[in-house]
Amino acid sequence: MSAWFVENGMLLGLATLDGVSSAASVFMVAVGLNLVFGVLRVLNVAHGSLYAIGGYAAASTSLFLLARGMPAWAALPLLLVSSAIVGGILGPPIERLLRLMQGQEEVLQLLVTFALFMILEDGQKLVWGVRPVVSDAPVKVLGTIEVPFGSDAIPFTAYQLLVLPGVALLTLAVLAFVLRRTLFGRMIVAVTVDREAARAMGIDAGRVTLLTFSAGAALAALGGALASPTTSLVPGIGASTIVLSFAVVATAGLGQIEGAALSAFMIGLGRSLAVYFAPELEVVVPYLIMVAVLLVRPQGLFGTLEARRI
Amino acid sequence: MSRRAELVLALLGAAAVVLLSWAVPWLRFVLTIALAKGVAVLGILLLLRAGQVSFGHALYLALAAYMAAFGASRIPDTLLLLPLAGIVAAAAGLAIGLFVSRYRGIFFGMLNLALSMVFYSLLEKFYAVTRGADGLRVPATTFGGAALSAEGQSWAMLCVALIAAFGSGAFVKVYLASPLGSALSAVKTRETRLEFMGVPARLVLLAAYVLSAFLAGIGGVIVALSTRHVTPALAYWTTSGELVFIAVLGGAGGVLGPFLGAAAYELTRVYAAALVAEAWQMALGAVLLLVILFAPGGLWGMGQALAARRRPA
Amino acid sequence: MFGVPANQAAEMLIEEINASGGIGGVKVRPIFVDEGPGVAHFVGEYRRLVQSEKVDIVFAAISSADCLACAPLAEELKRPTILWDCSTQRIFEENRYDYVFRTIGNSTPEILAPLLYLLKMKPDFKTVSVINQDYVWGRDSWAMFTAALNVLKPGVRVVSEMFPKFGATDFSTEITRLLALRPEVILNASWGGDLDAFIRQASDRRLFERSTLVMPLGESSLERVGKSLPPGHIIGARGDHWFLHPKPADPKLLATFTEAFHRRTGIYPIYPCHHMAQAIFATKKAYEIALARKNGGWPNDAELAAAFKGLEFPSLTGTVRIREDGQGVQDMIMGTTHLSDRYAFRILTDMIVFPGEMVTAPVGQVSLDWLRTLKPEMLGRIPQPVPFKA
Repeated sequence: MSAWFVENGMLLGLATLDGVSSAASVFMVAVGLNLVFGVLRVLNVAHGSLYAIGGYAAASTSLFLLARGMPAWAALPLLLVSSAIVGGILGPPIERLLRLMQGQEEVLQLLVTFALFMILEDGQKLVWGVRPVVSDAPVKVLGTIEVPFGSDAIPFTAYQLLVLPGVALLTLAVLAFVLRRTLFGRMIVAVTVDREAARAMGIDAGRVTLLTFSAGAALAALGGALASPTTSLVPGIGASTIVLSFAVVATAGLGQIEGAALSAFMIGLGRSLAVYFAPELEVVVPYLIMVAVLLVRPQGLFGTLEARRI
Repeated sequence: MSRRAELVLALLGAAAVVLLSWAVPWLRFVLTIALAKGVAVLGILLLLRAGQVSFGHALYLALAAYMAAFGASRIPDTLLLLPLAGIVAAAAGLAIGLFVSRYRGIFFGMLNLALSMVFYSLLEKFYAVTRGADGLRVPATTFGGAALSAEGQSWAMLCVALIAAFGSGAFVKVYLASPLGSALSAVKTRETRLEFMGVPARLVLLAAYVLSAFLAGIGGVIVALSTRHVTPALAYWTTSGELVFIAVLGGAGGVLGPFLGAAAYELTRVYAAALVAEAWQMALGAVLLLVILFAPGGLWGMGQALAARRRPA
Repeated sequence: MFGVPANQAAEMLIEEINASGGIGGVKVRPIFVDEGPGVAHFVGEYRRLVQSEKVDIVFAAISSADCLACAPLAEELKRPTILWDCSTQRIFEENRYDYVFRTIGNSTPEILAPLLYLLKMKPDFKTVSVINQDYVWGRDSWAMFTAALNVLKPGVRVVSEMFPKFGATDFSTEITRLLALRPEVILNASWGGDLDAFIRQASDRRLFERSTLVMPLGESSLERVGKSLPPGHIIGARGDHWFLHPKPADPKLLATFTEAFHRRTGIYPIYPCHHMAQAIFATKKAYEIALARKNGGWPNDAELAAAFKGLEFPSLTGTVRIREDGQGVQDMIMGTTHLSDRYAFRILTDMIVFPGEMVTAPVGQVSLDWLRTLKPEMLGRIPQPVPFKA
């Protein structure tokens, strides 16, 4: 009996390590989505395409530069740089388009992002083709870490164990700091809570929205860039990523940064536990968690109830 | 637009469908699918009236399609299968609706999405029953006991689709004019006032939801019996997105909109796929974007505006 | 994924045929259709091709779902249809067709050959795990693998069975579990981006040092995963498709094709290119036979279909025969990954070409039942491995 506990306890430990790293990648996408929802009040379906494009851009630039003599370690910072560029290039025009739609029905706004998603999906296929693209230099540079497992030791990549959760935590900390402690962050919060009132206070809501949206886009691209060294980039990853981040965001409550972290963690952990103990359930776990949370708290874990219109 | 003008337009549309199917045989199948999707989109239209958008109605479409695939070997008659699978979809709609009708806006959309993704995963996972991603073959069905040739079968399916389209279109029109229907737009704008008047908003939405599930189910059966093969992709969230897409493309203003939208959508799709095989999805996305930006009333709204301009009141 | 290289092969071969006068003096005009948007769309496109474009013959499809959907339709519209790449054995085991033919082998040899190769090369293993994509090929191939394993080498313990969803790209949890369980053999019958991602992640975490991987579709990923894949693991190719085939029937044919394809696309031809070539060669041969039977008259649909029954035609590496049930019988190559300075990726050594008859269920038999009747003595009939010669 106790042997069973020891063994399963150790498996649980391994599952947690995997869960944390998969939570980290989901978090990066979900938090960007949430940020954008905060300022624009629209759930951006095209966010998934930004994730895919970020991944493709990172992988192909690093392949391109490595072939031309870039040292392998430089592939790591390149992930950041290329996502910032993707966010900077694609963010503003999409934001422009969405702002045109402000004041229209919520449904129409959502559909605009759906149309953008369809366009970007094919655009990405035209640019990168359907052959899987991958550049695993960042993983190779850092090597592996042996995690003791009884008398055995399981190799994990340092990238998975340190970089992914590290970047996610850093993002969380920076966002929390910016939103709470800086003037610009407070402007974002003000626009999120009440756009009209913020404008009346002299805040340039348009600029705040633009910058926040671009930051959100860059975060999505960074999520893709971070995933690119380990996963294969293939058509369709945008579509599957966006549903997963929807689940995270809805579980967290809209506009909640820390909530997104917690629910990404729950969902990541839930999935990796499922691989060990109930592989059949792995795919449905995120949705089951979401439905369970919303049954108890209709506004999500951390969401606040919106005032009802009278 | 008067009720009579609408009826005349609908009859003209039906005549055009029959004529096209006769002149261009391969379009018969495409138009049958378009009509089936139109029926499903009618349900989306009901929810849109209440300001709610479901990114998960593919669940009901796929559920009914799989019911048809399983049921066809036991109850091989189309005229029995159609209502039965529709009722199963409606029952599922009732069970799920009791839960999701408490939510509005994004949460409503996302919950529907999540549940349809769960269903999608189940279809893929239980391969022993559903044959996973390869899907199930749907056996040939009879019509009122008569077994038809392949040619006759495709005509019969088109007729069934047309009848279903007329029946559901008329029903939705009546429903929208009824108190339950007109309360829907109140859910969208002034939900609390509705409750002050003693009308439970949740029930109003629930009724529409169950009806929409039924309509999606009817559409699903027709899709299954004409494609003769069902796969889990029917339940994927992009299928739901497609239904919402058609609703907006056609325009939410009248019951003819969904059919107009579905026909435009399917025809654009087959021709775009033939012309720009690499970028058909991009072409569709661009069409959708243009419609939303420049003709928010959809094709139907555009038509109405044109008619109004020609005949100044 | 596989459509693009196959399309390129088709364009190249059809250009060649047309340059030499076409088939019976008639030029071939190909129409390519994307099967990506799903079965309903595919069925619509199939009808359009037959009824509107009036094509003489249809090549369909990569996805088994599309093949299952269009086979009855082909029969209904009486238009000869070639299943050029999908391999589900269900089509010809569950139904009878007169207008549907497959110019490649089916799932059964694709999984039995890897098992026989494994038993030949590594006869002493005691534990096995599986990680397959969660769809019918992934499930069916595992069912067939275990059915045959139980009769050919009883007593092997299955330590884990994992079926991550189709299209998954992150296998870190699955790999952790495999690392912890230490099975001697791991079967991975997936392909495409899924397999590439798995190989990379497994290589980063040194799974290849702990277990022998058996990858029945590995050939199609070799060039893409490059040096991530270490030597000493087992690779199959869904046929005897390998650009360095040890004993091709017509070495010049294979070499010219490989070179022309490489020049045109920058990559070495993978099995879908071979499959496409087979469909085209079979069509050409069938037309020639039908034309001869009619003394040069252009055959109608039924006459063309009749020419496919029992047809023997050349592939890039050997000969394929279409049986009376429409199923093709073809040899299966298996090999072990090997280091060579001449290529930037792993190539195969210790290659065994299994005769098609040996690994395919006979006409009228259901594969799973047939596999259960196999006897261990068949292991003695396995040909000797041929090493790679630079």
